[in-house]
Amino acid sequence: MKPMTNHIFRVASYGRRNPKSVGGLAVILFLVLFWLAGSMLISPSKAEPISGLPDQPPSWKYLLGTDSNGRQLLPVMIVGTGLTLRIGFVAGCIGVCVAIILGFLTGYYRGLLDTLIMGIVDILLTIPPLAVLVVIAAMTVEVISLNSMILIVASLSWMLPTRTIRAQVLSMRESGYVPMAKLSGMNDLEIIVRELMPNLLPYLAAGFVSATASAVLATIGLEALGLGPQSLPTLGMTIYWAISFSALLRGMWWWWLPPVIIIAALFVGLFLLTAGLDEIANPKLRRSI
Amino acid sequence: MDILQIRNLRVYYQTLQGTLKAVDRVTFGLKTGERFGLVGESGSGKSTLAFAIMRLTKPPAYVAGGEVLLNGIDLIKMDAVQLRTHRLAQIALVPQGAMDSLNPVLRVKEQIVDGIVDHATGREQKKNLAYRVYELLEKVGLQKEVANMYPHELSGGMKQRVCLAIAISLNPKIIIADEPTSALDVVVQRQIMLALGEMQKSLGLSILLVGHDMGLMAQFADRIGVMYAGKLMEIGPIEKVFKNPLHPYTQLLISCPPTLEERGEFKGIPGLPPLISDPPPGCVFHPRCPITKDTCSLEAPEMIESEPGRWVACLQHDRVSQ
Amino acid sequence: MSYFLEARNIAKAYGGSGLFHKKETVALEAISMVIKENPASIIGIAGESGSGKTTLARLLMGFIHPTQGQVLYRGKDLKHITRREKMTFRKEVQAVFQDPFGAYNPFYKIDHALYTPLKKLQIVNSKAKARQMIEEAMEAIGLNPDETLGRFPQELSGGQRQRVMVARAFLLKPRLILADEPVSMVDASLRATILQSLRKLNKEFGISILYISHDLTTTYQISDHIVVLYRGTVAEIGDIDHVIKDPKHPYSQLLVESIPRPDPAKRWSHHLTAFRSHESDRISRGCKFAADCPRVIPNLCPASPPPLYQIQRQRAVRCFLYKDAHEISNEEMSKVLDP
Repeated sequence: MKPMTNHIFRVASYGRRNPKSVGGLAVILFLVLFWLAGSMLISPSKAEPISGLPDQPPSWKYLLGTDSNGRQLLPVMIVGTGLTLRIGFVAGCIGVCVAIILGFLTGYYRGLLDTLIMGIVDILLTIPPLAVLVVIAAMTVEVISLNSMILIVASLSWMLPTRTIRAQVLSMRESGYVPMAKLSGMNDLEIIVRELMPNLLPYLAAGFVSATASAVLATIGLEALGLGPQSLPTLGMTIYWAISFSALLRGMWWWWLPPVIIIAALFVGLFLLTAGLDEIANPKLRRSI
Repeated sequence: MDILQIRNLRVYYQTLQGTLKAVDRVTFGLKTGERFGLVGESGSGKSTLAFAIMRLTKPPAYVAGGEVLLNGIDLIKMDAVQLRTHRLAQIALVPQGAMDSLNPVLRVKEQIVDGIVDHATGREQKKNLAYRVYELLEKVGLQKEVANMYPHELSGGMKQRVCLAIAISLNPKIIIADEPTSALDVVVQRQIMLALGEMQKSLGLSILLVGHDMGLMAQFADRIGVMYAGKLMEIGPIEKVFKNPLHPYTQLLISCPPTLEERGEFKGIPGLPPLISDPPPGCVFHPRCPITKDTCSLEAPEMIESEPGRWVACLQHDRVSQ
Repeated sequence: MSYFLEARNIAKAYGGSGLFHKKETVALEAISMVIKENPASIIGIAGESGSGKTTLARLLMGFIHPTQGQVLYRGKDLKHITRREKMTFRKEVQAVFQDPFGAYNPFYKIDHALYTPLKKLQIVNSKAKARQMIEEAMEAIGLNPDETLGRFPQELSGGQRQRVMVARAFLLKPRLILADEPVSMVDASLRATILQSLRKLNKEFGISILYISHDLTTTYQISDHIVVLYRGTVAEIGDIDHVIKDPKHPYSQLLVESIPRPDPAKRWSHHLTAFRSHESDRISRGCKFAADCPRVIPNLCPASPPPLYQIQRQRAVRCFLYKDAHEISNEEMSKVLDP
């Protein structure tokens, strides 16, 4: 694993010259810290309804006030951030794993499999994801659990990363070291895993971030429409409740503003990270040698 | 009469490891109607020099000093507006890999016309432009039908000829060709070089041929300049340099490559080209030089005119044997 | 009796399949050649782009299969060999490729390229023994293991990388090394060491070399015999000195003439017929060189493809100019260099 540590060091020192990815990572890490530290300091039960007096503006007792159901909003933000991050992260993982498998299979072996899978990908890409998600979510009659949410959202986050990874594999398989590996007695699977995949790490990382970003977007979108895990105080559900209870009209800024800020921060972080990873993946964008 | 004069040109690279001297005080002249061959291996700085003459140097490289005099006017000191009229109109560059840089979605005639239209001062009639395209294609030995074709329909040799046509489209006085035949087969290479020679004669051009192939230089150039690690080692008329090289590096460049005359030992130049980030002290060639002496590691030789028309930068040049 | 490696009248064509009626491109047609274990020889395959030399290399390495004919390894068709036989094949047939930049995976140090074949082809089972073999191979090529091992490919020069490739090929003690343009991307002054190493592997270690290149000069210097390819067919075969000093096929003559001699006194003649090379996809029924041949026989050359004529012992030309000589078939081609 020595080359791995070497590689990590190289990437880390590059971070100094690539402020975008460092910045993006910092924002996301801050949010994670907010969630973790918050969970340790404040009991998550305070995010439950009727844990405090309803409709209270921020005060020393309720730092971010409470909503109409008596949920204390600071604990809600802490728990919600954690939930949203989890949904995004796990869905992103699932999405990128599917993308890796399909991307490598189609890119390396090509042929009929390639045509079939990419055909499906292309068709799915043309369908507005939110429409599909709404249909799926609405069809799920019982209360949506966290895990079903993850699966629903993951189901449409794998397509674009598949295309990106496949495109990279297509060009990488023509590299000079692939025939050398064949001459050394490696079989196809070994070539994919040991020769191609390490070089694809920036793209895999970018694919993961993009899958996560689309998962987060999808989950917030669905939740804001009420099609989410109703019993969980995710960020999107908080917005839904805020809308349902006309928080905006009632001037209850402590209800709708905090989730919006956190969501915005999350997206800024993801965006910066994507842009930073783009620079690594595409040498032409690099500004230093 | 020197149409182009390069004086003490310095092109440096600014990197994290410091300043790299890619071109270090190069001085030579290109006479009107002359074919000058600038020969050097990879890393010698010859392509950097070609780009610097055209003021195409991009960061982290920059022109650190010197002059490039075109008919007495310094190109280095020109501003952007003047430069545009001078570039392509007076000097044209056919860079390395030009044929792979043709726009794949434009037809040949559109690419040739591109430069003309850009520089046109008056109203070039559409008909005139078409005629001009055919004229240019003919000059480089291509048939009229090529005008309507796309680059991917052409062979390597044909694409390179299209690049030559673009180069002469504004009647420049000078053409700088950087490795124009490096990716081409030997017979096509001969064709292109002969075509370039024909163009030179019929249009009265001056040509600066940049390359690494001594054989090609011998076939094409009138005078030759030998570069190594950013510096010029020797300049002189082609026959005299080949018959009686004054610099040990030139001598090795001529005698080492294998020939078709007889089979024998493989000779190379021992050692490796120096890192320009850490050049050797004194003469930059001395670590690999077969006739080096102690003074060579202490003192960097200057270019001196050892006989009229022949310059050499070597402290031991009178010891370079046949 | 089976040879070490034999190409029996192989041909390779692409496209031309049913659905879309694409035009069939023939990359290579009708080649037969044999490589024997003893004596170890160096055969040069000379050809320009489009000549089919890369296709030939790929066919002989078993990366692709011929559409006609067979490639036999010790008598067995490469299409049907077992996994175990394939491993032996990979041990006995190695290659050095053209591009010293692309041949190494930039993620790993160059050691990876050297240890991997030893491990995968089960030549050694201890890292120490592997290291010893690697050091011996590098020293035989004239490389200093301490200076070269442990580095990333980007840290070495093109010439060094290429020499490591030669060391890698030699490492497995093959019977045959296919060198596909091994020096074309290396600086002229550094080519000598690489060619010298190849020659040493042949003379001292008895390894046969198939030297594939478009550069006639280096081919001349290193090879014993030469096969000149033109657009997928064999134009001329023979002993290297004879073919280069006295080329018989008009294409070989043109090739030799067009090489830029480093001598200003010996300049190219300007009488070059309009050589249009591959400018149009002409599917001519006759000799492929007919349209550009300065000595074409009208009505004969463009009409039917010339057969191979054996004009001397160990010399054959595919040209109607020699139609009075003894005609040999495509299968018999391999006997020209192996009487």
